[in-house]
Amino acid sequence: MQNIDWFTVILYLVLITLGWFNIYSASYSADHASFSMATRYGRQMIWIGAAVVIAIVVLVIDSKFYSTFAELIYGALMLILLSVLLFGSTVNGAKSWIVLGPIQVQPAEFAKIAASLTLAKYMSRYHFRPESFKSMMIVFGICFLPSAFILLQNDTGSALVFAALLIAYFREGMKPILFILGLLMALLFVLSLLFELHIILIVIEALAFVAFFVLRDNHKELGISFLILLVTTAAAFGLCRWLAPQWPKYVPLLIGFGLAIPYYLYYTYRHKLGKIAAVIGIAVASIGFTFSVGYFFDNVLAAHQRARINHLLGIEVDLQGAGYNVNQSMIAIGSGGLTGKGYLQGTQTKFKFVPEQSTDFIFCTIGEEWGFMGTTLLLLLFLTLLVRLLVLAERQKSKFSRIYGYCVASIFFFHIAVNVGMTIGIAPVIGIPLPFFSYGGSSLWGFTMLLFIFLKLDCNRMELIT
Amino acid sequence: MNPFRQRCFVVGGLFALIILIYIGRLFFLQVVDQSYKMSASNNVLRYVTQYPARGLMYDRNGVLLVHNQAAYDLMVTPNQLHEFDTALFCQLLGIDKEQVDKRLRKAKRYSYYKSSVFLEQISAEQYGAFQENLYQFKGFYAQTRSLRIYPHNIAAHTFGYVGEVDDKTAQNDSYYKSGDYIGISGVERMYEEQLRGKKGVEIFMVDVHNRIKGQYKNGIYDTLAVNGHDITLTLDARLQEYGERLMQNKIGSIVAIEPATGEILAIVSAPTYDPGLLVGRERSANYKQLRADSLNPLFCRPLQARYPPGSTFKTVNALIGLQEGIINGLYTYYPCHYGYTVGRFHMGCHGHESPLNVVSALQHSCNAFFAAEYRALLDNPKYQTIDSAFTVWRNHATSFGFGSKLGVDLPYEVAGYVPTLSFYNRTYGKGRLKSLYIVSNSIGQGELLLTPVQMANLASTIANQGRYFTPHIVKEIREGDNSILDRFREPHYTDIDTTYFPIIIEGMYRAVNSPTGGTAGVAAIRGIDVCGKTGTAENPHGKDHSIFMAFAPRENPQIAIAVYVENAGFGASYAAPIASLMIERYLTDTVTRPWLEKRMLSMDLINGTTR
Repeated sequence: MQNIDWFTVILYLVLITLGWFNIYSASYSADHASFSMATRYGRQMIWIGAAVVIAIVVLVIDSKFYSTFAELIYGALMLILLSVLLFGSTVNGAKSWIVLGPIQVQPAEFAKIAASLTLAKYMSRYHFRPESFKSMMIVFGICFLPSAFILLQNDTGSALVFAALLIAYFREGMKPILFILGLLMALLFVLSLLFELHIILIVIEALAFVAFFVLRDNHKELGISFLILLVTTAAAFGLCRWLAPQWPKYVPLLIGFGLAIPYYLYYTYRHKLGKIAAVIGIAVASIGFTFSVGYFFDNVLAAHQRARINHLLGIEVDLQGAGYNVNQSMIAIGSGGLTGKGYLQGTQTKFKFVPEQSTDFIFCTIGEEWGFMGTTLLLLLFLTLLVRLLVLAERQKSKFSRIYGYCVASIFFFHIAVNVGMTIGIAPVIGIPLPFFSYGGSSLWGFTMLLFIFLKLDCNRMELIT
Repeated sequence: MNPFRQRCFVVGGLFALIILIYIGRLFFLQVVDQSYKMSASNNVLRYVTQYPARGLMYDRNGVLLVHNQAAYDLMVTPNQLHEFDTALFCQLLGIDKEQVDKRLRKAKRYSYYKSSVFLEQISAEQYGAFQENLYQFKGFYAQTRSLRIYPHNIAAHTFGYVGEVDDKTAQNDSYYKSGDYIGISGVERMYEEQLRGKKGVEIFMVDVHNRIKGQYKNGIYDTLAVNGHDITLTLDARLQEYGERLMQNKIGSIVAIEPATGEILAIVSAPTYDPGLLVGRERSANYKQLRADSLNPLFCRPLQARYPPGSTFKTVNALIGLQEGIINGLYTYYPCHYGYTVGRFHMGCHGHESPLNVVSALQHSCNAFFAAEYRALLDNPKYQTIDSAFTVWRNHATSFGFGSKLGVDLPYEVAGYVPTLSFYNRTYGKGRLKSLYIVSNSIGQGELLLTPVQMANLASTIANQGRYFTPHIVKEIREGDNSILDRFREPHYTDIDTTYFPIIIEGMYRAVNSPTGGTAGVAAIRGIDVCGKTGTAENPHGKDHSIFMAFAPRENPQIAIAVYVENAGFGASYAAPIASLMIERYLTDTVTRPWLEKRMLSMDLINGTTR
């Protein structure tokens, strides 16, 4: 215990204290100013007290417990998630709560811990080979199994958090190509919503050529291949415009590209150019992906999610509908100015122009009452925490502790980035809490356990925990 | 050593990068961009205009003529609207859904974030029921307004009316915003700045449900409304009411002026309308109806109608002849043999003594005398040319205020017309003017046009022996700056010597009172020396207009009056009796000739019957 990292503990205490004062301000009302335990700030005080107890309990438990029982905890949580899906109660459209008498718990908050522990346990195995396809699939499985359950509970925000665990996988040696592919998918997703298909096809083909040049610099036959593609595309385009002008513009591009493919295959076969073949494969897959985005967007996403994405991308601006929350949130934050209106003086948050102001939009209260100084200070405090966690992770002797530390940092990072980004209009509105600031017991306890398990592991950093 | 150790810097860099991007974005949102601060105050601050009570109007004897009644305007701020129960809304306000949609569209066209009037002038009872449900209708709130009330149904044209300010004025004058009221005609328009007072504003903070949460900074930025000034009019309410009664079912005007001050005692435009019609929500519908009326009741005849003055103008020509030495008040006689004949030209007259001097000529309204006098003026060799002689005549005539606006403090006054030399040059050719061509001017026919108020002012000028004060309708702005009324205290003088006026007054006296018979004997009142002059104006629109101008009593005149009755025949038939009844009523407050009053009241010249 004497090895505990007091820096992080103090940072934690500072953050939960600031968080409580903000919830007090967000739920404070001049009409009934007397202190009461029935209010949100009253209850949050109880949650904080419980969180401190939980932290102590976590620190008391032997650190070997967490690695030993990681899979067991994971399995138990999966069962709980499944039962929530069957027997849970619905709050704000998400069937993600277990109600036990007066206590409501959101198991998704604890599933993050289970997934982190299990991921750490799996990746710290002696024979773990990060680049192998099999380990990649297992890592994905550990991350996305709980994610899938939570998605089915209709809690998209919490489900997406598990993607952050891939940062830990990256640290342990994930192939960079996966990262590039991920970025490419995100890019194509956004582009295909913003632009017409034929423009995206041109972008894909251009990217493929850039890849060619990077991989086989200045090969003579690349020029020929480019010429062939140009000629087939132009011919197809002209023919289609002439014969079937009612066809969409992307059809001739597709035909032209299709006609050129046999030549590419022949070319790569003759020169034994696996990488070029891979580029072609990716390009074809990209085209397929682009076409499926439209289907996914229209059929898989719910109407409110489509509206939020449309709003974020500026396709449909509806300040009364999907954009209302974000617009009011930006007004509240923007009205804070450099120094803010002062504690308890916010008008936009006080008079409820900002919805969900003590939970998902708590950052608005900080922005309005403490201004740019306050928001910057808070973001720097969070950055300090994140960097401190990375530093702690890197000093672990045991691989398990290090990976778990990365998982903790990644989860915190994802929550902070998405929550704050949403309130300032640069991330889509997916309701996930701001650690230590948003009102709610489950999320506070979840973050506390997540953090303090790592601090406990850090106490024993010189030991090899497997 | 772990081969991927350096990747910790990639992860750390990603964290720092995102946080820095956010700080940059926050800097832009919170420090650089000011628009969010404005949106925030739009969200939370509600400026409630405090409308002052509009000034009241009293008559010269302190009778209340125009006052106010409370009403409520329902305001809407489109960007604060939420869905609401349209059925309940319509039921509470008594309008249908179509109107709701139409009015909302109009409000949105005006502005999304500024409030504008949704429904004007809800009665206090209706508002009471609505207010209990106001919390259900986000984006709506009410403002207290006042409506005009007229206890006496008179003088509609004089009071004028108030209505919503038009878009152009609202844009150009920062005092007004869309939906505000402004005086549109009459005294309401001319004395708008005195009557309107000064708006105040109260600033409240509201929450997202549009509920008022308190005053902004304890009200230090609030301003109080200052009520408008009350106005005392020069009108005599009873005389005005009597005049309107006498003119019922007739078309024409009465203007009565106090000669010593120029104060308008009565100003009647017939047909008239109920001033209460142009108040409240029905105003535009009623206005449209009045507008469509073929008798044009909205037309303010005393100030806007131009008529030939007819024989009343002989008084002016007599004064000019005397001033210029063309005639002598006692010794100049002209003959009259049932008219004035030169070659094939003949201007008819009626039977009376001949030859006769100017006094008798006014008494009998002799056409021949004034034709001869006018030609003697124009052809007099002392002016060398007829052009300069005409110019001398015209300058004298315009010194009475003819041919230009008098400057009455009511809107839309017109100038009338005194023909110019250039007009005749265009008609007859330069240097080709002959006195016989324009001899009709001698008897007030031809191209001359006067407004009734100019005619009344002529009576007033003669009563004052050549001096007049600009006729005006406002006597006093109570507890206000009266300097704008100073111009009504300055006398104007004609360029006729005072000494000539008693001759004209004698002629006018005899026209009414001569035992040998004058044209206006019907206007005589026992015990009051009425001086008057009839006129019968030929006009191209049908039967002659009946005209009479008069003042009384002869010594120290109290009232000067002009009466026009359109298409009614001789001046003596209608105008003179009406003027006489008005004078008697004003001076003695009695009616000694009920038979005459009854005949005037029952005469229906519009529908052509006598009731």
